[in-house]
Amino acid sequence: MTRITNAVAATFGVAAITALVSHAPGLAPMASAEAKPAAVALAPGDTGGSLKGDFGPPKGAPIKAVLTSPPHVPPAVNRNYPAKVIVELEVREVEKEISEGVKYTFWTFGGTVPGSFIRVRQGDTVEFHLRNHPSSKMPHNIDLHGVTGPGGGATSSFTAPGHESQFTFKALNQGLYVYHCATAPVGMHVANGMYGLILVEPPGGFPKVDHEFYVMQGDFYTTGKYREKGLQPFDMQKAIDENPTYVLFNGAEGALVGDNALKAKTGESVRMYIGNGGPNLVSSFHVIGEIFDKVWFEGGTRYQENVQTTLIPAGGSAIAEFHAEVPGSYVLVDHSLFRAFNKGALGILKIDGEENKLVYSGKEVDSVYLGDYAAEQGVVAAAASAAESGTLTLEQQVKAGEARYTGTCSVCHQANGAGMEGVFPPLAQSDYLMTDKKRSIAVVVNGLTGKVDVNGKTYDSVMPPMSQLTDDEIANILTYVRNSFGNKGEAVTAAEVAEVRKTTPRPAGAAH
Amino acid sequence: MFIEHQGWLAGVAVASVATAMPASAQSPASRASIGPATFASVLAPGAGVKQATVERYALDREPVTNAQFLAFVQAHPQWQRDRVAKLFAEPTYLSQWAGATTLGDKARPNQPVTQVSWYAARAYCQAQGARLPTWYEWEYAAAADETRSDARQDPVWKERILGWYAQTSGGALPDVGRTPANVHGVRDLHGLVWEWVEDYTGLMVSSDSRNQGDPEKLKFCGASALSAENRDEYAVLMRVAMLSALEANYTTANLGFRCASDGGTQP
Repeated sequence: MTRITNAVAATFGVAAITALVSHAPGLAPMASAEAKPAAVALAPGDTGGSLKGDFGPPKGAPIKAVLTSPPHVPPAVNRNYPAKVIVELEVREVEKEISEGVKYTFWTFGGTVPGSFIRVRQGDTVEFHLRNHPSSKMPHNIDLHGVTGPGGGATSSFTAPGHESQFTFKALNQGLYVYHCATAPVGMHVANGMYGLILVEPPGGFPKVDHEFYVMQGDFYTTGKYREKGLQPFDMQKAIDENPTYVLFNGAEGALVGDNALKAKTGESVRMYIGNGGPNLVSSFHVIGEIFDKVWFEGGTRYQENVQTTLIPAGGSAIAEFHAEVPGSYVLVDHSLFRAFNKGALGILKIDGEENKLVYSGKEVDSVYLGDYAAEQGVVAAAASAAESGTLTLEQQVKAGEARYTGTCSVCHQANGAGMEGVFPPLAQSDYLMTDKKRSIAVVVNGLTGKVDVNGKTYDSVMPPMSQLTDDEIANILTYVRNSFGNKGEAVTAAEVAEVRKTTPRPAGAAH
Repeated sequence: MFIEHQGWLAGVAVASVATAMPASAQSPASRASIGPATFASVLAPGAGVKQATVERYALDREPVTNAQFLAFVQAHPQWQRDRVAKLFAEPTYLSQWAGATTLGDKARPNQPVTQVSWYAARAYCQAQGARLPTWYEWEYAAAADETRSDARQDPVWKERILGWYAQTSGGALPDVGRTPANVHGVRDLHGLVWEWVEDYTGLMVSSDSRNQGDPEKLKFCGASALSAENRDEYAVLMRVAMLSALEANYTTANLGFRCASDGGTQP
C-alpha cells in the first residue's frame, strides 16, 4: 500500500493528487486507469490521511501561533484556508516545586510542564522556531508526532544553549499529537518534563464547547522518596526500572487542585485534550463520577461514545468530551490507583451549579451496616476502652484477641489452634507456647525463623514478624491463645509486649 | 566541508597569534602530567574497538579563568570581542564582560572564562605554547576521582556529576579550584562548566540521537556511543551530546576550556 502510494506521488506529484482528491469528496473516482485510483480510493467517511491533507500552498499573511500554558488551550483556528503559521517555542531549564517543599529541575518547552499547547489547522505550513535559552545547560531538540519527516523535526532542531533552530513542515494529518525532546538520553529529557501537545484541527474544526482544557500526565523519578523535601535530582536507575516516584498531571502534585482546579458549570460542555508524556507509563485516564460522552481515542479521527476509562499510551493522546449535569468535585485520576493516591496522579474538575436530584440524589440513607465486622470491632473497641480505664478483664481480652486471631493467625495455626503437622506448629496445648510467656511475645513481635521443637516434633519454617499489630492487639491475641484450645494461662499485658518490643533486637528490614 | 574550512581558518588564526608574544604563559606546574593510558571510552574508537589510548600528556589543573583570558586578549587584540572576526566567534562572545578589555562586576577574575568559541579557546592555548585536549585526554582525566584513576563504576561519582545537571544555571559561576583535585591533581572537570576539546567535531552525535540503529550513522562514533550497552555512562554522554550541538564559533554561558600539551614530565 505504501509503495503504491509513493508511486502515485512520484508520478503525479503532490499537487496532482490534491486536485484529484479535492474533486472527490468522500468517494474517489474509479474511472481513470492512469490515476491508479486504488491508491487514493476512500471508503465513505475516510479522511484520506496525509494523502488528503495537503490543501496547497499557504495563503494570506503569516500568522503567529498563540501558545498557551496548561491547563489552557489556544482559541480555535477558525479558518477555512491553509496558512503559514509561525511557532516560536523557547526551551527553559527551571527549578520548580514538584510537590510541596520538593524542588525539581524541570527542562521545559515554554517554561511549563507540559509545554505550551500549539494549535494549527490541517494543511497549514508551520515555520517552527526552537530557541534554547542562554541559561540552559543542555542542548535540546523537538520531535513533533504531528510532523511527517525523519525524526519528526528532531534532526533539524538540535539546538545548543543560547541558540535557535528553524525548520518548516506541513501538517498533513489531523489529530492531537505529542511533541517531546529527543536529545540523548531521550528518556531523561522526557522524564524531566520535555513534552507537550500540538493539535492539528480537521479542516472544519471541532464543534464549539464551553470549556477546553489541557491536561498531560507524566512520570517522574527522583533519588529521594515520594514527598522527600529539598531539591531532588533525577534518578536514572529508577527510570530504567520504570519505578516512578511521582506520576503527575501537569507537572506538579497539586497542579490541578484547590485554586488550580479546572472549573465549569452545570449545563456546560467540556472538552479535554489529554496527553501522556511518559516516559514509561501508560495512563488509564478516568474522571471519577463522569462518563465521557465521546472519546477521540489515541487523539485520532474517530470517537467512541460512553467511555468510563480511556487508555492513553506514553507518547500518545486522547480527546474527551462530556456534559456537566451534577455539581461537585470530580477527580481526574490515572485509574492505576496507587499512582493516583500514592504518587500524585490526581486533579480536580469543580462543577458549580444547581443540584440536579433527578440525576443524582446525593445521600438518601445513612444507616449503620457493619456485618460481621461490627461484632469484631465491638469487642476490640470494648477491650481498648477497658484497657484505657484500667478495668480490662481476661474475658474481654480473650474476646478481642479471638477477633484479631481470626484472619491473622488462623491462616496458618488454624481456627482450632491445631496448626498443620510438620509445617505450622500447633498452639493447642503447645509446650513451646505455654512454657515461656516472654518468648511467645517475642515470636509475634519479631517473627521466628529456623528449627523449633513443639510437643516433641521439630518444625523448620518461617513466621514473619507481625509488624502490623499494636501492643494491645498482641496482648489480646496471646491472652486468647493462652486461654483457648485447652490452654490455660495468665493474661498478657500490653506493657509486657512493649517491654519485649523495646528490648529485643529488630531483624533487618522489619517494621517497628 | 565545514570541517575543512575550520582547519584552514584555525590555521590563519594560529598564524596571527604566533607572531605575538605569549601573554600569560602558565608555568609547567600549572599543568598535571597524565598517562600514558588505555581505557574504556564511552566513544568507541572504531567498530569492535572499545579501548582508547592516550599518550603521556599534560593538562591544565584548572579551567582558564577570566583574568587569564583577559591577559590574552590584551596581548592579542584581534581576539577582543569588538575586533574578533565573526567567523571565529558569534556576537555573544565574552558578552558577560563589561567591555572588550574589562571584566566588570559580572565577571570575577577567578571565574572560569565562558562565552568563548572553539577558535578563541584554541588560539589561547596556542599562545601558551599548548593546545586544547583531545576528547580522550579529557575523558580519561575526568574518569578519576580523588583516589582512583577510574571511578566511573562508583555510583557516588556518577551522582556527583549528575548533581550538577540537576542544578539550573541561574546564579553566577563559582571560581575555579573549589572542587577537590582528582588523583591526577586536576580540578573542576565536573561540576563547573562544559569544556571545549580539540576534536569535538569528531564526536558528531547524530542530531537525532535515536538513530543509533541506522547503519548509515555508524560512521559517527557518537552513534555507537549512544547504544544501550553504554547507557550507564550517560553522565559522560550528556557532555558528548552537548559538544555535538556546537559549531566552532558558538559560545554559551556554561562553556569554557582548559589547555593541554604533549609529553608532560616523565613519571
